[in-house]
Amino acid sequence: MTGWFSENGLLLGLALLDGLASAAAIFMVAVGLNLVFGVLRILNVAHGSLYAIGGYGAASLAAAMAAMGLPGWLSLPALVVAAALAGVLLGPLIERLLLRRVEGQEPVLQLLVTFALFMILEDVQKLLWGVQPVSNDAAMRLLGTVDVPFGQDVIPYTAYQLFVLPGVAVATLLGLAWFTRRTLAGRIIVAVTEDREAAASQGIDSSKVMMLTFTAGAALAALGGALASPVSAMVPGVGASTIVLSFAVVATAGLGQVEGAALAALLIGLGRSIAVYFEPELEVVVPYLIMVAVLLVRPQGLFGVPETRRI
Amino acid sequence: MSARNEFLLGLLGAALLVLLALSAPWLRFVLTVALAKGLAVLGILLLLRAGQVSFGHALFVALAAYAAAFLAPLLPEVALLLPAAALVAALGGLVAGLFVMRYRDIFFGMLNLALSMVFYSLLEKLYGLTHGTDGIRLPLPRVLGLTLEGAAYEWVLFALALSFAFGFAALVRLWLAAPLGQALSGIKTREARLEFMGVPARRVLLAAYILSALMAGCGGALVALTSRHVTPALAYWTASGELVFIAILGGAGSVLGAFLGAVVYELTRVYAAATIADAWQLILGTVLLLVILFAPGGLVGMLRGLLHRRPTPAKAGERPA
Repeated sequence: MTGWFSENGLLLGLALLDGLASAAAIFMVAVGLNLVFGVLRILNVAHGSLYAIGGYGAASLAAAMAAMGLPGWLSLPALVVAAALAGVLLGPLIERLLLRRVEGQEPVLQLLVTFALFMILEDVQKLLWGVQPVSNDAAMRLLGTVDVPFGQDVIPYTAYQLFVLPGVAVATLLGLAWFTRRTLAGRIIVAVTEDREAAASQGIDSSKVMMLTFTAGAALAALGGALASPVSAMVPGVGASTIVLSFAVVATAGLGQVEGAALAALLIGLGRSIAVYFEPELEVVVPYLIMVAVLLVRPQGLFGVPETRRI
Repeated sequence: MSARNEFLLGLLGAALLVLLALSAPWLRFVLTVALAKGLAVLGILLLLRAGQVSFGHALFVALAAYAAAFLAPLLPEVALLLPAAALVAALGGLVAGLFVMRYRDIFFGMLNLALSMVFYSLLEKLYGLTHGTDGIRLPLPRVLGLTLEGAAYEWVLFALALSFAFGFAALVRLWLAAPLGQALSGIKTREARLEFMGVPARRVLLAAYILSALMAGCGGALVALTSRHVTPALAYWTASGELVFIAILGGAGSVLGAFLGAVVYELTRVYAAATIADAWQLILGTVLLLVILFAPGGLVGMLRGLLHRRPTPAKAGERPA
């Protein structure tokens, strides 16, 4: 074992660091998916496409800013601006024009509508950004690298992946917990999640809450993509793999579990990056293996509560 | 639509297909593939009756296609190869079904998608076994001991696809009329009530799922034998999306819709996809939205509206009487 460790220790360290960074990005997407599902009772299949659009948008914005000769430190806030723009532009549009029309209809129709949107957005990405990988690592180069001690080795690792990505994810987690427990707006969202009709009878405008929640969820997904874009290039099909991956996180944690999603994202992010370094063929399969293994033992997910059956 | 009317319309459609295949030889290939896809769509329709939509059914198409590709050198005989490959898909349906049967709605759809994505990436990554995206070529199999070339072989597969289409369409109609199929509608409206009546809902759905996998498998085997080349793209999510699209386009209410939708889709694709390849999914998604929002009966619903001169009240996923 010690022999294996001295040979592969460096790889393992890199895998752990990569896993942490990718878990942060997946968490941002999964938490938005959860939020939207909680309030609208719709699982948005196009949620992964918002991640992709956030990523593409951020890379384009960074490239445009570099071309204009703006100072480099602006590339960090630019990521957030791109994500917010994507969320605020697309969120209300999708919610009002599409989801509103199938509100209260059969679940299968709602699923099909978001699936149709997903098909549309996949090609919109190709039309706008082409099929070549798009990336801009200005934000990552800006922050340089730090030396991470790992056993006897020292791993030089980018500060961006080490601090910014997990930092934003942790801030989102804590911020959401504070928001839903301590603020009026947050409590209104919780009330609509629990019982839309009861909330409406208390004078809550649930239609507005639904639109705002969907926009927030879309912006979180776009932020996940924007933050990931300096690290991993956006390619066609990234929306499809992201929705399935974030669904795996949500299903592993249990639908609606925010803190649980953080843990599941960590589990799946680490599992995947360990596979990348040690068994690359299995990279895509590992997240689903984790999910299936969890679901076989606990069909409602790690932290989910079994739904009581209505008769 | 009465059984007799539907059968007559089916015969009319089949005659039209044969005429088309006679008039332009290259259409034989296109129509065979369309009918094969129609078989898989029939499986989607069956599950839609229970209110469930699978976003990963291309998994079973690809499973059977690869089974056919792997078995072809050992078993170069269409009469053996086709049932063997379809059986592999049905077995796959049993294994996957035992897992996804615990879930409904969102989870049902997404777990199917996840399974198909896993299969796709395995096909792509395990290069030593599957040759990755290059795919596998099938040697020309014999047909009942005869070595057929070119047109004769294509005609045999076209006839096979057509007879499978009739056979399975009849089977699905019978299935839906039988208690097993009636219980499927019960799963959609309220599953708990079914169980109070002593109907094991999961087993009812599992049976339908295995039948749908078997039909998708027949379709997949036919595609593999027709194109004699299988690639991982068969299992990609766009292929599954295509099946869902055709089901809704054709009209979820009728077995005829599966094949009408598939033929219209394939013919359009052959003519249009080459010129607008980059926007193909975009167009599919837009049409899907329009059908769901404005013509929930699909093509069959429109046809019926024309025949009866009154709008159809059916929604997608529902069965008109």
